[in-house]
Amino acid sequence: MRKLVSIVLLAGFIFYFATLTGGLMIPSASDERSSVGLDILSRTADETGSANAVTSVVVLYRGFDTLGEVTVLFLAALGISVFMKSTGGVRKKALDQSFILKTGSRLLFPLMFLFGIYIITHGHLTPGGGFPGGVIIATGFFVVLLTSESVEFNKTVMSVLEGLAGLSFIGLGLVGLFGPDNSFLQNFLPLGDFNTVFSAGIIPIIYAVVGIKVAAELSSVVFAMKESK
Amino acid sequence: MLYLLSFLVLVMLCVGIAIIFVKDILSAVILSTVVSLIVSIIFLFIAAPDVAITEAAIGAALTAVVFVIAIKRTKIKETADKE
Repeated sequence: MRKLVSIVLLAGFIFYFATLTGGLMIPSASDERSSVGLDILSRTADETGSANAVTSVVVLYRGFDTLGEVTVLFLAALGISVFMKSTGGVRKKALDQSFILKTGSRLLFPLMFLFGIYIITHGHLTPGGGFPGGVIIATGFFVVLLTSESVEFNKTVMSVLEGLAGLSFIGLGLVGLFGPDNSFLQNFLPLGDFNTVFSAGIIPIIYAVVGIKVAAELSSVVFAMKESK
Repeated sequence: MLYLLSFLVLVMLCVGIAIIFVKDILSAVILSTVVSLIVSIIFLFIAAPDVAITEAAIGAALTAVVFVIAIKRTKIKETADKE
């Protein structure tokens, strides 16, 4: 039975490998299917002021989808927290890891935090943005948590940050309703100089808000999982 | 370019098969993060750096975090039951 499963998996991988190498050979032609992408690429610099076309699609052209994604993540984090809290019990005395691991993780944490902030604030210039940056910050918290278990975090601050970030995302979108176009999540701020940090209107603000929200949510998920017993 | 990608996919395939046969659960988790890292390198080479960063952060880091916590918790309970 086990060998059969392995053979089926192997065949699947070989099929995947064959289609992948075959698909990579096809050059991307400018036919009707790819014209949307070309259109966005040619218009994004003038319309949104964002140097990263992917970010302009995620935050502005498909901003409503991003709001939905943030909501899904919020509900998942809420579910995990409620589930983990309901199975709570007596906690054992916390044990710390060795001194080298503890010191190393505390050295690593500020660097990871800074890198996460860089990824978030440069989301409209270089690859990255709110989601990966938030995950990097949350992973930095986890590195500290894994090595020194006696560290306690303030959960109230996390919840307040998360709620404020979510509210300001929706608030920024609602302000767009009173702008010239009367549309939700409209870019109502001036676009600024192309390819500088303070440019592209509301895109960096929205990505900062998304980054704070994702970082706070995932950190509290990790805390909840760590504290439950 | 194609040879490089083929090599990466082959390595990924070998690591993926190794996950099935490895005895230790923690090693399996670490091997699965290796798969995620190779996937993110492939994304980088086919000109999708945004997806590569997200895959490296979520696939390699956060998934491993959740698995490691789960393993840690269950192991503590197992040793407590034995005592």
